[in-house]
Parts: sequence; structure tokens; C-alpha cells
Amino acid sequence: MIGPHLLSLEDLGTEGIVEILNVAESFAEVERRTMKKVPALKGKVVATVFFEESTRTRLSFETAAKRLSADVLSLSVASSSVKKGESLKDTLKTIEALGIDAVIIRHRSSGAPLQATRWLEDIHVVNAGDGWHEHPSQGLLDAFTVRQAWAQAEGVDAASTGSELFQGKRIVIVGDIAHSRVARSDVLAYQALGAHVTLCAPATLLPPSVEGWDVEVTTDLDGLLADVDLVSVLRLQAERGSGECVPSLREFTNSFGMTAARTAKLPPHALITHPGPMVRGIEIASEVADDPRCLVTTQVHNGVAVRMAVLFLLLSGGSMAFTDGEGS
Amino acid sequence: MTTTYELALGSLLLTGGTVLGSDGPVLADVLIENGIITAIGQGLNAPDAEVLDVEGCTVGPGFVDLHTHLREPGKEQAETIETGTRAAALGGFTAVVAMPNTDPVLDSAFVVRAVLGLGATAMAEVAVAGAITVGRNGQELAPMAELSKLGVMLFTDDGTGVQNGGVARRALDYCRGLGATYAEHCEDLGIAAGGVVHEGYWSSKLGLPGQPASAEEAMVARDLLLAGELGARLHLLHLSTEGSVDLVRRAKAAGIKVTAEAAPHHFTLTDASIASFDAVYKVNPPLRPAHHGDAVVAGLLDGTIDAIATDHAPHTPETKDLPFDEAPPGMLGLETAFSLSYERLVLGEGLAMEGLFDLLSTNPARIAGLDAQSDRPFGQSEHGGRVTVGRTANVVVIDPRAAWTVEGSSLASLAQNTPYEGRKLQGVVRHTILRGEVVVRNGEPTR
Repeated sequence: MIGPHLLSLEDLGTEGIVEILNVAESFAEVERRTMKKVPALKGKVVATVFFEESTRTRLSFETAAKRLSADVLSLSVASSSVKKGESLKDTLKTIEALGIDAVIIRHRSSGAPLQATRWLEDIHVVNAGDGWHEHPSQGLLDAFTVRQAWAQAEGVDAASTGSELFQGKRIVIVGDIAHSRVARSDVLAYQALGAHVTLCAPATLLPPSVEGWDVEVTTDLDGLLADVDLVSVLRLQAERGSGECVPSLREFTNSFGMTAARTAKLPPHALITHPGPMVRGIEIASEVADDPRCLVTTQVHNGVAVRMAVLFLLLSGGSMAFTDGEGS
Repeated sequence: MTTTYELALGSLLLTGGTVLGSDGPVLADVLIENGIITAIGQGLNAPDAEVLDVEGCTVGPGFVDLHTHLREPGKEQAETIETGTRAAALGGFTAVVAMPNTDPVLDSAFVVRAVLGLGATAMAEVAVAGAITVGRNGQELAPMAELSKLGVMLFTDDGTGVQNGGVARRALDYCRGLGATYAEHCEDLGIAAGGVVHEGYWSSKLGLPGQPASAEEAMVARDLLLAGELGARLHLLHLSTEGSVDLVRRAKAAGIKVTAEAAPHHFTLTDASIASFDAVYKVNPPLRPAHHGDAVVAGLLDGTIDAIATDHAPHTPETKDLPFDEAPPGMLGLETAFSLSYERLVLGEGLAMEGLFDLLSTNPARIAGLDAQSDRPFGQSEHGGRVTVGRTANVVVIDPRAAWTVEGSSLASLAQNTPYEGRKLQGVVRHTILRGEVVVRNGEPTR
């Protein structure tokens, strides 16, 4: 059901997503031990190949792989042959020839990880963000984070809830949705789990078509605030907010920023997420970012367990025997 | 008249085919002697002639492609005049119009002469579309009068449209003075905004930058207004949207001197193909949802669109193996155009075979000025029309009963970027005859 690759959350379905979230709960358990490492992927080699700058996603994947006892190779664009004119295909085939088991790819072009699966033979490909297309592990860790928060609020064990806690929940995704791979993966994750999703952005930052997305679309953020369970805030790239798609950052913040005033209008139980990096004062006010209802650092923390689950399920064939290793 | 090309000596007899003659299709033999059709009738006797049994086949005028990227000079690793015209012959084409977006651009008499010279001995006749502006920069007019004296009848900056409306207007006006046709690649780059696929469901889902249909339609509308105002002759390249077809239909009804072409991939593929992120499906204008292709078909059937043109655009494998947004747009078209059009228009829509030959031969020959002999350098014979006694023998024999399977590696082009890999297509080009010479015999090139 899961694998051999993780390219899009569309490929997982509700069951696949829930399985990953549940396995991630087990790894989150491991993380609470003093010995955080398990031998699950001992002898496996995982490579991160990032053609685009990233700090948190790369560190998170590499940490996850190391906690599973995999060996990690790390190729960054600056030190690669790409600058000498080598193609993406040849770069990937070179990495493959080193004898790796999985490659984790970040690329500025939508579809590059899917293309990679056609070029590579027996290795797993994990999409760590491709263009405006998808960022599946981010969608998973966002869903994991909010499920855990809702489970805690209800005093239940998250892993026992499946997709139950998402039923009937109202989720607003606000900001630059058109150019956001996180938005696409979040929509797929939240919908698969049964939540009701509304996209909120200026028309120029909405996807040209949401046919088949089964979402509501609005440009009125204020009208949504009273009845929402989660606000997922997306980053706005400065150039898009400086006259390209929106007249000014100030105008964007006035209509679509999670300001303190807007946060005050949220129901008390409502949560706020942000995939980072945040631009404080633009899409999210500084005091909102530091509000306990804003889960940004929890998201980063959970990213490791979720990515452990992804790598484990793809690379181990799904056996849950990892808990019997040296960490227990 | 100085015709420097050669007619093939000797005689050739095509027996038992359905001949598209001046009075409609007839069952007849066709005798070709020294490059000229000399007799059409049943039971013709020519003891010394090479005989090709074409029973069950259709004998018609060789196809004419208004839109071929031969890539020479500049990108000879993807295609050359030699390989491109071999592909043309295999596709049933006896003439092609070479697009000017080469390196250097076909914007000077010197380069145009070089291309015509290389084309003189090729397996299909090569006409040239000259650039409208120097280096296709969209700014200064190219020496169109000088190129016109070399026989260039079409001018275009294909690859891009002329963005500045003032430049477009002056170029249309200048072409009018030369008796030439201004041909536009309709794409407003501002509206297209760097889109690499059609803007809509798939672009949104896949996170690929899209260009809306209006990027094409805005320039179609602009050019129709300018051509109407000036009384200039306008040809619109590779129309791909419902709105474009509608605009041209109304312009023709209003008497504007406009012709239009459409490419087979726009009425046989849709943008759903791009879900694979395989750049073999990347083309400009982009593949679009089916209703646009249906509108193009309706336009071809009701005469709004005059011609089927391939937009044959070879690209090397290494450039098509790039990430989707980085790969160049374009796909091979010469060898698949007939079968695809036959399937969709004749088998699918009930168009008569003669109607298909109008779209693939007669109308494009007229638009390109290839319907009569010309004294341009290296000469030019007559294409299109009907198979009649006295005409130069530019003839194609097609077998509608046979099918074939597309294999990129077996195509004559140097590049292999066909989106139809593995697809079984109905309708086979059996023989192609250029000025009396059998250049394709039983589906194989003779040189």
C-alpha cells in the first residue's frame, strides 16, 4: 500500500496516511527515550539530494534516517556537478551507482521526483518538495501535528483515533496557495482524513482551477475566523507580495495576515500551523507566532518522527520489528 | 522560367488505385513519364514502366507541410534538412515549409539561399518561411523584400509571436506590399506569463505554471483586427483553442483575408498527458482539454481552419530528459500526421478522403504558394490540387486498410521525441513520388 516511492499524497489514500501517522506515533515514543536510535534501517543507505536551498527539511530527513541507523549521504547543489552542466538525470544516476537504497529529492521543478523514478531502477524515491507541486512529508507532519494536538485536547491516544478527529473539522489554508507545494499536500492530507477545507487568498494567489479539489474558496479571511478549528498559514515570497501578484506586503497583511486582532477572533480551541520559514509581520504577526496555539516548533519537532515513519515503511517492507532493537 | 530542379527520367505505372482526379475519386491507373503525369485511365499499358500495384490504395497529391522545423542551420544534432525531408517523404509530404527559428535565423538572403540550396536535392521540396524581424527579436523588420525575391511567400517569427502591436502592424503592411503572407505564432507573452502548460485543471493540480487560452486568443484577435484594417493577408499558425477557432470563423465571415492551420497533436492529445511530467508532451501552444481539440476539429470540418500542419519540432533526447519546465517545447509530427488525421477526421468524423487531402495538400500548397511552378532559386514544382494529366508527379499513395505502430527509434528524424510511442495507427503511407521519383517505396525511403 505504501511505496515503493513517496511522490504525492494522492497515492496514499486515507489508509496509507493513517498508517504513516500511526507508525510516526511509535517513533515519537522512541524519541522520548534517552536512547533515541533504533536499528531498523541498519545497513541501508539514504541520500538527500537537494537542488534547492532548504534547512529544516533536509536536517529533518537526515536526522530521521540517522535515528533509524541508516547511513546518510548528502549532496548539495553547491558541491555537485550540476553547476558543471551535468543533467538531473545523470546526477541521480551517479548517486544511484554509489549503491543507495533511497534518494530524497528536493527540486525547483514540479515533477522532478516522478521523473527520477523513470531514470532510477531499484531505489526508493522520496519527494522532499518539487516546485509548486507537492511536499508530501510536510503534509503528513502537519496532519500528524494537529491530530496529536486534538487527541491531547480530548485526552485520547492519537494512534487509536485513525482519521476520526478530522471528521467535521474546519480547516482554513491562507496565503500564497497558487505557488505552494505545501498547500497541495495539506489539502490532500486533510481531505483524505475527512476535514472540511477552505482556501483563502487573493485571487491572484489561488490556483487557476480548483476543479476536483473539493474545497471552498474565499477572499474573505475575516468571515472565516469565528468558525474554524485550524488555520494553516503559508509563507508569502516577498517578490510576489511586492507588486507581482499583490500590490504590496502591507496590503496583503491587511487582508490576509494572521494578525493579533484576527487571532483574537478565533475560537479558543483553534490552532495555527505554519510550514516555515515564517516571515513575521507579513503573513503572521510575531505575537501570533509565539502564541501557544501556534504549533510551528511542534511541527518541526514532529517532522523527524513522521519522516522516520516514511523511510521505515518504504525501506523496511513495513515490518514493525524495529521496537525490538537496541533502543528498547 | 528557370527551373533548376530535375524531373525523374523514366516511367512509372500505378495500377488499380483510387485516384483523386479532377472529377472526384476514380478507379484508374496512373502513368508518370519523366516526372509528369501523362495518362490516367483503366488498363493503361506501359511496357517499360516500373509498375506499383496500388489496389485498395488512394492515389492523391503529395502532402504539403506549412510548418516544419528542419533545425538546420544550428541544431543539426536534432534534425537536418536531409533527415527532416526523409521524414517528410515517409509521412507522404512532397513539400515542406522550413521555419526560420534556426541559428542563425532565416532573416537574410544568404542564409535562405543556403537552406534552399540544401533543399534542392532533398527528398521533399523545401520552401522557406522568412523571419519577420531581424533575429526574431520582434523589433526591426527583416529584409523581407530581398527574401521575397528568393521566392519566400510566408513570413513569421514562429517560436514567438510579434509582441509589439505596432511592429506587427507595420510588418503586415509591408508584407501586403510584397504580396506575401504574414504568419503569426499567436502567444501574448505577458498573458502567458511563462506558463509551460495549459492553465486549468492539470496545471493547478500538478503545480506547473500554466498559460491561459487567452494568451493565444488575444493575439489572434489583435492580428485579425490589424489584417482587416490593412487588407493584409494573415496566416495563423497552430491554432489550439476554441476561442481562436471562433474568432477566425467570424473573421472569415467578415471577409478578412485570413487562413489558419492546426496541428494533429492538438486534436489527438489532451493536457491530461502531462500528469506523467514527461516533457515529450511539452509543446507550444500547449496540449489542452478535449473541448479545445473538438473545436479545432469542427474548424477543420467547416473550413474555418484551412490546413493541417505538423509543427514538426525535433529535440534531442537529452533536452527532453530535463525537468518539465526546463525542457524545450515541441514534438515530431511529419511521419504521424497523416494517420492521426485520418483516424480522427475520416474514421472519426466521416470526412471524405478528398477533404482530408484538401487539408493536408491542396490548401497548404495554396497558402504557401506551392500550388504552381515558380522561378525561385533552385526551382519549385506544383503541389496540391488533383491528380491530373499534365501536372508534375508529386503524388502520395496511402493505404487506409493497413495499420502501423509508432516507434520513435524507427522514425527517420534524428530526434525521437514522439508522444505517440507504441501507439497503433490506422492508415499507412505506401509510396511517395517526388517529381516522378519514387522516394518512398512500400514505406521505405529509397535514399
